Amino acid sequence: MPTPHPELTTEQIEALGRELDELRNRVVASLGERDAEYIRRVIRAQRGLEVGGRALLEVGWLPPAWLAGVTALSLSKILDNMEIGHNVMHGQYDWMKDPALDSKRFEWDTACPGDQWRHSHNYMHHTHTNVLGLDRDIGYGVLRMSEDQSWRPRDLGNPVYAALLALLFEWGVAVHDLEVERIQAGEISLGDKGDVLRAVWRKGRRQVLKDYLLFPLLAGPGAPFTLTGNLTANVARNLWSFMIIFCGHFPEGTHEFSLEEVEGETRGGWYLRQMLGSANLTGGSLFHLLSGNLSHQIEHHLFPDIPAHRYAEIALEVREICERYRLPYNAGPLRKQFGSVVRKIFKLALPGSGDSGQDAELTAATGLAEPVAAAA
Amino acid sequence: MPSFPARRLLRSSLIDALVGPHGIDSYLELIRPALTVHDARASVQAVRRQTTRSVTLTLRPNAAFQGFRAGQFVRVGVEIDGVRRTRTYSPACSERAEFLELTVTAHPDGLVSRWLRERLAPGAIVHLSQASGSFALPDPRPERLALISGGSGITPVLSMLRTLCEEGFDGELAFVHYAQTRADWLYRLEVEAVAARHRGIRVAYVATREGDGHASPESLRQLIGDLDGATAMVCGPPSLIDGVSAFWPGGLRSETFTPPSLKLALAGERPTAGTIRFQRSGLTAAIASGSLLEQAEIAGLSPEFGCRMGICHTCTCRKTAGAVRDLRTGEVSDEEDEDIQLCVSVPVGDVALEI
Ligand SMILES: Cc1cc2nc3c(=O)[nH]c(=O)nc-3n(C[C@H](O)[C@H](O)[C@H](O)COP(=O)(O)OP(=O)(O)OC[C@H]3O[C@@H](n4cnc5c(N)ncnc54)[C@H](O)[C@@H]3O)c2cc1C
Ligand code: FES
Repeated sequence: MPTPHPELTTEQIEALGRELDELRNRVVASLGERDAEYIRRVIRAQRGLEVGGRALLEVGWLPPAWLAGVTALSLSKILDNMEIGHNVMHGQYDWMKDPALDSKRFEWDTACPGDQWRHSHNYMHHTHTNVLGLDRDIGYGVLRMSEDQSWRPRDLGNPVYAALLALLFEWGVAVHDLEVERIQAGEISLGDKGDVLRAVWRKGRRQVLKDYLLFPLLAGPGAPFTLTGNLTANVARNLWSFMIIFCGHFPEGTHEFSLEEVEGETRGGWYLRQMLGSANLTGGSLFHLLSGNLSHQIEHHLFPDIPAHRYAEIALEVREICERYRLPYNAGPLRKQFGSVVRKIFKLALPGSGDSGQDAELTAATGLAEPVAAAA
Repeated sequence: MPSFPARRLLRSSLIDALVGPHGIDSYLELIRPALTVHDARASVQAVRRQTTRSVTLTLRPNAAFQGFRAGQFVRVGVEIDGVRRTRTYSPACSERAEFLELTVTAHPDGLVSRWLRERLAPGAIVHLSQASGSFALPDPRPERLALISGGSGITPVLSMLRTLCEEGFDGELAFVHYAQTRADWLYRLEVEAVAARHRGIRVAYVATREGDGHASPESLRQLIGDLDGATAMVCGPPSLIDGVSAFWPGGLRSETFTPPSLKLALAGERPTAGTIRFQRSGLTAAIASGSLLEQAEIAGLSPEFGCRMGICHTCTCRKTAGAVRDLRTGEVSDEEDEDIQLCVSVPVGDVALEI
């Protein structure tokens, strides 16, 4: 079996795995009231923003109300999807045994049915993180996001597809499980995906009905203002979540893996892959909250089912472990990380690999991806 | 509490469409926790400590709670250090009472019972399930009835006594309560007062560790005369139920609060012998090696799974009884009705799974 990281021996990888397991156990043992209070506080804030935003948009013909309403509703949807929905569905609060926070049953305020997300994200993406051919989050089946994905003429549209995906992100996520690329390739037919389509239709219909029909109708003659307000909030949430999510694994310096590299991978090897394949965003605590703590993507990928507000605390130890094993800890501010994602999207529209492949090798060899950013 | 028409509106499909996907309760509870229209909850009105080991709670259920029949139980959920703990309790009040009354005996190392006794205060909110259970008064009511209880088992039979009195029961009734010491006797004054107000009710309180002895045909005959033709409702430890059933000539219904033997298996903490019951499929299997996911697959089931390493929670399944150990942390958990991840759990003694 090829070692996933040339610098480390198999024994070192196993030791790394044991250290991280031990860290996880320590955090799990300390879960309690503090974490329960935290998530309930976020939920209270989200519900408040939602009710407030919706109420303001009912009188959306008043420009200040429209603006305030859109802001509140956008924030509500962002909190609902990121810090609450994404994290609850990961099972981060299952230990509370509160049916309202049960990962299996939770639904969020977006078009994507919770069940599909649990499959495509919790299982497919988190198990097969950054493995080409297995992790469908690499480009969502429409974008070319890796030099190792062979170029096709249609990839010239990469930036356009990316812009559309960003605007319509909730729908992109909703149809993620359709595996459009396999349908295009003729491997499966649309008919094979009947269940997925039906589930998206059921969930999506409710979302559309609520945001674009019922709440506008309640506003009477002000309906158009309510409708555009809801639309704007949905799009704002789409752009924000696209940005955060694409910064998780695509900034310069994150690694991809081939099927051969992960064959026979141990738990330690899996941990290592999560570290090498994820990138963090630096910022203040409000930024971390609004990113659903996906800004701590490395910690999240190591411990997807630990309450996300703990990542900031764990990060110190994870970073220390990275330093000791001479592993990169890829972190940077949003504009830098997203900038490098955008560059990649443009670069990979063209055949070949640009020079990013070299970058990746360089980082692997020097051990530290972004020494400056890591120290920030 | 919202009025009836308001509740109907709040439960309507229009409201459901507007507040989807979280549901109206998740907004109402922020105004007041017991305002929910779907979730049964209760607020604690009073906390009284009758004996050194027990606590009597008066609860005001919200309108979502649909009531109970005397002898049935409700599942009560409280949050202790962030974790919802659910335990079963039989109301001791009449089934027509406006408030629910629970009397909980604190077990020396019991998590919930001690917390309820020591920490629960008026004003707190508890979660309720709807009532269930088949330990209930027969219909039509028997003419001669013995309500026999041991220890904390007094609650369902006291509910029966109170309900019968309110119904104007005119048969013969004996109420016998066994506890280890006099200090542990529950509800003695109330029960004697009820007996004084109604004809045909005889009461005996017995302290088994203070020379009064255990249940015997003779002692019961003294109270209700001929046992033939009398119906017994017995609630208490298995020894009491076994003792009475051994000589009781007529109809007898019983219930025990003591959880099945599974807790014994906990002592050793080794992967133990026992069986896994897959409830939905009706299969059982002897415990073998491997995770519960593997063992379910060997038994011919195909539970959902994803990562098989504890990350994705796809394999999460309800464990209805028994204890399991988490392979990652080594932690053993024996909560009733909890969700576990099959791929990282091994059984510790008998378990029942909802697959
Ligand atoms: C149908 C039904 C009705 C019940 N009604 C009542 C009621 O009205 N009043 C009441 O006080 N209790 C009642 N119980 C018991 C109650 O549900 C709990 O089991 C009890 O309160 C102990 O919970 P705990 O969390 O304190 O103990 P745990 O922390 O769950 O257990 C701690 C220790 O106590 C032992 N233990 C737990 N429960 C019992 C028990 N019942 N008997 C002997 N040992 C036990 C365990 O083996 C363990 O070692 C009822 C149980 C059932 C099944
Ligand atoms: S199969 Fe993924 S947690 Fe069990």
